[in-house]
Amino acid sequence: MRYSGFRVIKEALTGHRGWGPAWRDPEPQPRYDYIIIGGGGHGLATAYYLAKHFKQSRIAVLEKGWIGGGNVGRNTTIVRSNYMLDGNEPFYEFSLKLWEGLEQDLNYNAMMSQRGVINLMHSDAQRDAYVRRGNAMILNGADAELLDQKQVVAKYPFLNVKNARFPVMGGLLQARAGTARHDAVAWGFARAADQCGIDIIQNCEVTGFKIENGKVQGVETSRGFIGTKKVGVCVAGSSSRVMAQAGMRLPIESHVLQAFVTEGLKPVLPGVITFGAGHFYCSQSDKGGLVFGGNIDGYNSYASRGNLPVVEDVIEEAIAMFPMLGRARLLRMWGGIVDMSMDGSPIIDKTSVDGLYFNGGWCYGGFKATPASGFCYAHLLATDTPHETATGYRLNRFETGHMIDEKGVGAQPNLH
Amino acid sequence: MIITHPILGPRDSSEFVYLGDATLLDRPDWQADDALHQFTRYQHSRDNPAGLHRELWFHEQGDRSWLVVTRDTVTHEIMQVEFASDMARKERS
Ligand SMILES: Cc1cc2nc3c(=O)[nH]c(=O)nc-3n(C[C@H](O)[C@H](O)[C@H](O)COP(=O)(O)OP(=O)(O)OC[C@H]3O[C@@H](n4cnc5c(N)ncnc54)[C@H](O)[C@@H]3O)c2cc1C
Repeated sequence: MRYSGFRVIKEALTGHRGWGPAWRDPEPQPRYDYIIIGGGGHGLATAYYLAKHFKQSRIAVLEKGWIGGGNVGRNTTIVRSNYMLDGNEPFYEFSLKLWEGLEQDLNYNAMMSQRGVINLMHSDAQRDAYVRRGNAMILNGADAELLDQKQVVAKYPFLNVKNARFPVMGGLLQARAGTARHDAVAWGFARAADQCGIDIIQNCEVTGFKIENGKVQGVETSRGFIGTKKVGVCVAGSSSRVMAQAGMRLPIESHVLQAFVTEGLKPVLPGVITFGAGHFYCSQSDKGGLVFGGNIDGYNSYASRGNLPVVEDVIEEAIAMFPMLGRARLLRMWGGIVDMSMDGSPIIDKTSVDGLYFNGGWCYGGFKATPASGFCYAHLLATDTPHETATGYRLNRFETGHMIDEKGVGAQPNLH
Repeated sequence: MIITHPILGPRDSSEFVYLGDATLLDRPDWQADDALHQFTRYQHSRDNPAGLHRELWFHEQGDRSWLVVTRDTVTHEIMQVEFASDMARKERS
């Protein structure tokens, strides 16, 4: 079924009885050509582009819980391409371009909203760094604009720009950046993938790999053995656990990142805004809740919940930036397990086992990458060569010295 | 999280700085033939287990000692806290 305005009117007049489920609930087949492990945004996007763009078939996505239950349904929904380094910026700009056409492509309303992201700057040194990053973005075909204090105040009149310690001097704006409805992205890719004949198999945990003579033969799952010659692992925070089943140790640590949402308020924040003197980002959802977050907690964790020191830190940053936020009530907070890599950049690559591929290390920033990650991973799975925007995301870059370290902090995942 | 320091007793984890997996105490031999390979693994590869994890915490806002904390990464429960220097001494003898 195609979704359209006409369809909404028709269903409204006939009691909404015709919608039906958005995807099937198939039984696993004994064999597939491709198995994607992990039904998050990246896994579903990979399967979709494999079928749609690379014309492959007999594809299954295996998800241990329900699709959208992982980080794709837990993030703060920010979509942007304001990176600096050559290994990253072309990839994220490719992703943003895919986002711009995504809803038409998927025939699904992912509520993509290009409402602009402003990174605030608070010192001369930070302005120089932002000018440099803005220029790198423009050189890679992205958009960037340097705003002075007046221009920032025109958009956000309630900001505490005269803060004695961290005055707001201006900001770096990416007008094409914004937010998307996070779980709708998973649902949109799932529905479109299902329509291409892909089997999305939920409640199916991968528990081991069958590897013979260095070649993948299939996967063991909680629903039995499934044969295949090509496996794409795409499990975000569970990367180390799943790859350990194939005997591999990764340049990744799992950490917890928390997020927060207030009660619904009248429209107050026109776009996404980030505090430059710490790590704090905030936007307003279409329901009115202010959605915000800060740093990861900073220690290895698989607990999907964080601790109070980071809650305090995030709230302090919020109040320093917008004193008025002190009047809002917090509705919910939660945590997600993020796959922090050793240089803060992701991996999309083959492994030492033939037919076993790995996609992970997305840190706290893989939501914006969802379409490009899916596209580039599908490219790798189908052609055995990396997509032109993802050539730097090699697993062995730590050995060869080709790290992509935006922050320049070295192999210390809790500082990225 | 509360870390029970061997001398100072129960302290809030926010007094500490986290470094990571305690295998960082076992520095490879820089004169080994495959030292480059060993150091790459030492610096970048991690077990990253879900469950018991031995890890290094530095008591920055306290006595500035390095501790080895054994903690469950699934529940955040802390099982054991030792001085890293004691552990290193034990290993040497
Ligand atoms: C609080 C928070 C805020 C964030 N904010 C942003 C943001 O504003 N902007 C941004 O770009 N990014 C953000 N991120 C990061 C982003 O959400 C992730 O990088 C991205 O969603 C990861 O890819 P995914 O969607 O495929 O992961 P997931 O949705 O986590 O998918 C992985 C899936 O694999 C499944 N799985 C695991 N093990 C197995 C197994 N053995 N067998 C089968 N299936 C398995 C899991 O159940 C899960 O569904 C945020 C993350 C968090 C936690």
